[in-house]
Amino acid sequence: MTETPMIGGNMIDFRKEFFADERPEKLNEIGKPTRRQDITGHVTGRSPFYDDHLFEGLLHMRCVRSPHHAARIRRIDTSAAERMPGVQRIVLGRDVPRNLNTLLSLLDFGIDDEPILSTDRVRYKGEPVAAVIAATDAQARDAVAAIRVEWEPLPHVLDVEAAIKPGAPAVLDIYPNNKFAYHGKYDHQKLRYGDVETAFRQADHVVEGRYQMSPIEQAPVETCGAIAAPEQNGRWVCYTSTQALFFSLGTAAKVLEMPSSRLHFIGGTVGGGFGGKVDSIHEPMAILGAMLTGRPVKFMWDREEEMQVGAPRGAELWIVKDGVMRDGRIIARQFTGYFDSGAYTRLSSYAVIKCVGHLPGPYTIPNVHANVYCVFTNRTPATAMRGFGITGVDFAIEAHMDKVAEAVGMNPIELRLLNAYRDGDMKAHRRIAKNCALIECCQVVAEKAGVKLAPHLAALASTRDGGGDRARLPAHTVTDENGRVQGYQPWSYARKNAPARDPFVGAPPPVQPPRAPAAGTPAVNAPPRADQPPPPPPPSPASPPRQGALRFSSLSGFRRR
Amino acid sequence: MTVHRGRGFACINYPIGMNLGGDPSQALVHSNPDGKFTVALSAIDLGQGMKSVTRQIAAETLGVPIEDVYVDTADSDTGPHDMGSFASRGTHRMGNAVIMAAQEARAVMLEAAAEELEVDAADLMTDGRGNIHVKGAPSRSITTMAAAQAAQFRQGRTIAGRGIFLVPLSEVDPETGEMTPVTTFAHAAMLVSVEVDDETGEVTVTDMQSAYEVGRALNPRLVEQQLRGGAWMGMSHAAWETTEPHYPSRDHGPVDFGTYLMPGPGDLAPHHISILERPAADGPFGGKGPGEMCANPVLPAVVNAVYDAVGVRIDSLPVTPEKVLRGLQANGGARPRHRL
Repeated sequence: MTETPMIGGNMIDFRKEFFADERPEKLNEIGKPTRRQDITGHVTGRSPFYDDHLFEGLLHMRCVRSPHHAARIRRIDTSAAERMPGVQRIVLGRDVPRNLNTLLSLLDFGIDDEPILSTDRVRYKGEPVAAVIAATDAQARDAVAAIRVEWEPLPHVLDVEAAIKPGAPAVLDIYPNNKFAYHGKYDHQKLRYGDVETAFRQADHVVEGRYQMSPIEQAPVETCGAIAAPEQNGRWVCYTSTQALFFSLGTAAKVLEMPSSRLHFIGGTVGGGFGGKVDSIHEPMAILGAMLTGRPVKFMWDREEEMQVGAPRGAELWIVKDGVMRDGRIIARQFTGYFDSGAYTRLSSYAVIKCVGHLPGPYTIPNVHANVYCVFTNRTPATAMRGFGITGVDFAIEAHMDKVAEAVGMNPIELRLLNAYRDGDMKAHRRIAKNCALIECCQVVAEKAGVKLAPHLAALASTRDGGGDRARLPAHTVTDENGRVQGYQPWSYARKNAPARDPFVGAPPPVQPPRAPAAGTPAVNAPPRADQPPPPPPPSPASPPRQGALRFSSLSGFRRR
Repeated sequence: MTVHRGRGFACINYPIGMNLGGDPSQALVHSNPDGKFTVALSAIDLGQGMKSVTRQIAAETLGVPIEDVYVDTADSDTGPHDMGSFASRGTHRMGNAVIMAAQEARAVMLEAAAEELEVDAADLMTDGRGNIHVKGAPSRSITTMAAAQAAQFRQGRTIAGRGIFLVPLSEVDPETGEMTPVTTFAHAAMLVSVEVDDETGEVTVTDMQSAYEVGRALNPRLVEQQLRGGAWMGMSHAAWETTEPHYPSRDHGPVDFGTYLMPGPGDLAPHHISILERPAADGPFGGKGPGEMCANPVLPAVVNAVYDAVGVRIDSLPVTPEKVLRGLQANGGARPRHRL
């Protein structure tokens, strides 16, 4: 064990004695502290970021944004702005070839729900309804201020628990209960493993808690943006801060109804991302601006937009209930979770499934139950951030473990060791655990911090005594059909060899599902009641066929078209 | 006024790569006539070191010095498809794609060298310093540069390789949540020490002791930069940051770094890191992805430490002086636990 003192008293050591037999190879380059390829450019200020690509005649784009959490747009008057100095073009929703998208449509997941520039209604404060392209950023800002929008404020809802109450304002018509529909079947993602209710009755203690994860800004030093310009041969070049080059390219091709061969994206050196640069908002807008003006256009958020319009890590609310035996063994764990998706889906629907696959945390618990909801509210849409889908629930789980330790009078580290998962254990998502190392991490920290562990816990290892009884699936798992929705096409995150279903063309929109029954009511297949509003009209037969990039799922061969 | 000290613990695991898979990454590798290699990717370097870690992986696999490899990313005209830099997938997914591409290129390089040395390619090895030689006979050697020149100008071979890595997409059961979320997990444990001022409600993180299991540490300095920065971010999430200080109300949202608070250099706690390496079976040289998970244990460890110090449970982030003071008031003062 080698120790390297660092500035400020920081230390780092590599505990090579752990799992050494799993690393027999001799390697040349791997494991060396090689200096970064790009570091000289970074520290001398010479690495080119997207905003370093300057073009002659560069135009600047800025957006007109909603001051309301929810409102109908009666009229947008651009006449004064059009005559202002430097203004080249005002862009409205009708200028966007396909003015409706959902990010995960590239993965065949979800229904298009978000306009690029809203034309009739806004669903969060800061939602864009028009864009100005002007010779300078200041001229664009002045013209934005001169655009008059007649708003008709609508009722709004900002809180997840209020949003799922009957009678709450519907944020999106396609999800009238403000809950995303999973598999076209339920208004939440279920995890069912064993029988928590019976286990709660057998437990010596039941410990309950409620936890709130706050919304967080990714806060990259470089704000999100893109510069687009005409290239040769009918192509468009786009310099971008994206974290996902082909994801943004595919989104631009879809929104602009343009073959991806006409798009040339350049990025790769980005000033911090942390998840906030996957939403692909700037690339299609900048390219559209270049198409409409024939000139290079930059669309870039300022810091205020980055913080208030840019999608944050969404809030999460968690309710956790554990059944625990006197000796500290946790025999049941139940979760109810609400992800605040804000006004549109973006990526929150994905985060919920990722989260459910992570429950109940790194512990072997024989009975686990979770209902996790993706809830729509009139907030800035949420998106990815470092630890997406996991950070919030890990906060809940580990704060809860502290309460469980107190309830049974155990040292908090010993409680973790006692319940930690090991190689060969069955996990709640019904796969065998392997390559575990939680136990060793806990032991190393206890040793460093001078926390004395009971000998049998200090002797545990991830590689020993897992499996066996711990590998068995529960003899009986209680399932239910609570939260059933109707009228949606059956699809999950993605379906192998699923019948063709195109969310863009020809897919019938969901009919209004009946109100979900309250939790605990038995299975439903209730027909829509007479007092339900009629289903929304079918899509316009004039919908143009989809153009642009193939979805990745198609490229991957998961889905035959 | 009294300053109370407390310690809090948390541990976590973290899934590596996109949930359910279905997220391919591709790489192209080729040599120029001098035996210098270019790796073409569409991966994004956000500061995490994508270019550098793939460069080391390519050099290791090709068997050439790191100076002979340059990573070019991300131009959609030249770099093949990649899903993106998120979900702790960059090193794991792209690293494997680079290995596959580099193995193909290496095989051609060895065939070219074998033809020049008039031996079987299977009998050749690289020394990692720019030479290819017969196993057990280091004197029968050729430089990678000479092999590349012979390949391209005499033998008519392209020293190039294509790589892709894909964890096939899996499904989720609507009834039970049965799924194959990912193929590997990283791990961490963290103990933080705090001081809580019972008059002002202020919480100061004074020390962090951690252990992170990251698979093989492909570059120990890059791992360290991730862990230090990430733990700082976790501390900031726990006790400083939010865009919605009065959630669910949207009032008083910050608009700049003057109103969106984060710890500065003077607020940083010393962080003592231990790194454990349990290689992932399908990771590149066993590597996982340390980038995202490093923040996660800090948040709960901080609230647990506050409870240990003064007996106040903060179940709603971030920990603010107001929440601490309200908790103290409800409890009738500080009730230190000191369980750790």
